[in-house]
Amino acid sequence: MGRGSLVGMPVQLFVTCLVNSLFPDVGKATVSLLEDAGYEVQFPLDQTCCGQPAYNGGFEGEARAQARQTVDVLDATEGPIVIPSGSCAAMVIDHAPELLWCDAEYREKAERVAKRTRELTQFLVEDAGFEVPAGDCRGCTTTYHASCHALRWLGVREQPKQLLDSAGFTRVELEGEDECCGFGGLFSIKAPEISAAMMSTKIDRIEASGADVVVGVDVSCLMHLGGGLRRRDSCVAVKHIAEILAGDRA
Amino acid sequence: MTSFRDRVRDAFDEGVPVAIDRGARGHYEKRVQATAAFPQMEQMRDRARRIRADVIAHLDEHLATFAAAVEAHGGTAFFAADAAEANEYIVGLARTEGVSRAVKVKSMVTEEIELNPVLEAAGIEVVETDLGEFIVQLAGEKPSHIIAPVLHKDRYDVAELFAEKLGVEYSDDPSQLNDIARTHLREKFLTAEMGISGVNFAVAEDGSVVLVTNEGNGRLCTTAPRIHVAVMGMERLVRDRHDLAVMLEVLARSATGQGLSAYSNVVSGPRRPAEPDGPDQFHVVIVDNGRSATLGSAVAEILYCIRCGACLNACPVYRHLGGHAYGSVYPGPIGKVITPSLFGLEEWHELPAASSLCGACKEVCPVRIDIPKLLVELRRQSTDEMQPSIRRGLAVFAWLSTKPRLYRLATRVAALFGRMWSRDGWLRRIPFALRGWTGERDLPAPAKQTFSDWWRNRGT
Repeated sequence: MGRGSLVGMPVQLFVTCLVNSLFPDVGKATVSLLEDAGYEVQFPLDQTCCGQPAYNGGFEGEARAQARQTVDVLDATEGPIVIPSGSCAAMVIDHAPELLWCDAEYREKAERVAKRTRELTQFLVEDAGFEVPAGDCRGCTTTYHASCHALRWLGVREQPKQLLDSAGFTRVELEGEDECCGFGGLFSIKAPEISAAMMSTKIDRIEASGADVVVGVDVSCLMHLGGGLRRRDSCVAVKHIAEILAGDRA
Repeated sequence: MTSFRDRVRDAFDEGVPVAIDRGARGHYEKRVQATAAFPQMEQMRDRARRIRADVIAHLDEHLATFAAAVEAHGGTAFFAADAAEANEYIVGLARTEGVSRAVKVKSMVTEEIELNPVLEAAGIEVVETDLGEFIVQLAGEKPSHIIAPVLHKDRYDVAELFAEKLGVEYSDDPSQLNDIARTHLREKFLTAEMGISGVNFAVAEDGSVVLVTNEGNGRLCTTAPRIHVAVMGMERLVRDRHDLAVMLEVLARSATGQGLSAYSNVVSGPRRPAEPDGPDQFHVVIVDNGRSATLGSAVAEILYCIRCGACLNACPVYRHLGGHAYGSVYPGPIGKVITPSLFGLEEWHELPAASSLCGACKEVCPVRIDIPKLLVELRRQSTDEMQPSIRRGLAVFAWLSTKPRLYRLATRVAALFGRMWSRDGWLRRIPFALRGWTGERDLPAPAKQTFSDWWRNRGT
């Protein structure tokens, strides 16, 4: 684990706007995991939204303003930047440098920040060599839904599953694990029928998997799936990877 | 035409045929296997992308070289600025030559320019000879997939159609159905005066056109009739046969999971004096129809597309919706970019919006077109009536995002209101623009305390 060498090393938490307002427990769990891994968690207080919704919607100017704010706040800090969301991490790593490419003042800044940024499970597995301490409540059966941005922009495929397995969770495979849940931000508002059809397929498969809990690395997909499962009165729970790994310790 | 949203609703109301999802997944799986069995695939994709990028960057030069080479072999190259010019040329030729029947090889560009109805209006019988296209023509429908036109039908549908339209005995045995089509088409091949094909690739250096098929109908159409007309989108070029080899490697694997398609025909002009067979005339119709405008646009990369259909098969939207609801001959992820860029964003702005940007298309594209990025670009240019109100909302949010103190205050206030409207921590119905969301799902209410407030109070 190399824990000794990490003690006290700073890591910056970019918690994302959704976690901040809707799912603070995911943020708390992330802090707990990073502290367990031996890092000193810092939280740049002036962070807001990374600009992903505006970027995806084609609102370049708005996205750029938010990307600048994010880059400013994060560039003033030190150490790795960890984000408990695949899509927001992809925004900071991939889209923000592209948006700010023509901006002489921000170009290098955005690239510096992008280089320091990691999605949570990527960081835990690849950088921190983190091993999850076996917890008390490992009775439930999990299944993993791969979020699109984490998977296709960041290459996060095995890391979350590795973490679940090493933490001792029973995990069943999800049919069509890598197929989009249909959220897609504004897509779910502009094309609600298609979005709902995709969600419905995903939820059918989650229920057919026999899992009690569906785990993901992006609260936006989980919010979508959770909302759909609740509307169906399903007994399958939805958890962010940080929450399920941190368990009661958060 | 009805709006895309209405077409989607209609498609879901009628029920999208299960054959679509099954077929698309089947093709997708075959591609996965073919790719896994070919270790050089990733490098080949890189090369294929470079080949296409080079051709598109110097398209004018390559087109001139190509046209000159076609003429040097005794063929005719005709540049058509739009669909009307292309159709006029082909109909004019058919009239002059006294053509009464034309046989066709499956071709997307002739679907795009809607050649068949124009020929039929001129009294010329047009027979589609690709089995899938033949079925589509018989049913009076449009293709629902760019390489598998009848993906929406299963063999029982085809059996009924054949029994009804061809007056044969009902059989749902695939090989018998095949035989029925064969018998019916054989006479058409032998009596047609004109063969019309698309072009998978046109080789600039030597003026040949390449047709990739799995049924052999391409060979009959381009050799039996005395006139061969090849219709191509103007971007369909490769520089030389070395580049062609690379493109064929990635095309077949991406489209059908084959190492190479059953027939790759290189047609280089009309019959030479000493040759026993082949057409007397060879015409290449090079269609612009919006491509020049696309070439100079921010989505020019879409011209790299080689029409393999892999992105359709990978796309969860396509799998759920099928091809017809897109309303364009080019459905699926690639169609969401091609359609608005060729036929106008104003009319087709709903297509780029109808993507979750999941990236499954980008993952499989043999020439690595960054489709999600192009969709975002088209959204940026969009004239969608919802855009202004969404922009107003996002503009306020973006402005707040640059004022952290105010942002924190605003999130607290929003949380307060959100919680007032919620029950047991959930919102069941939300008004205005977000209505669509709560049609089928609940929305979690904001938390009592934001993460940043928790952090500030932590340990105090």
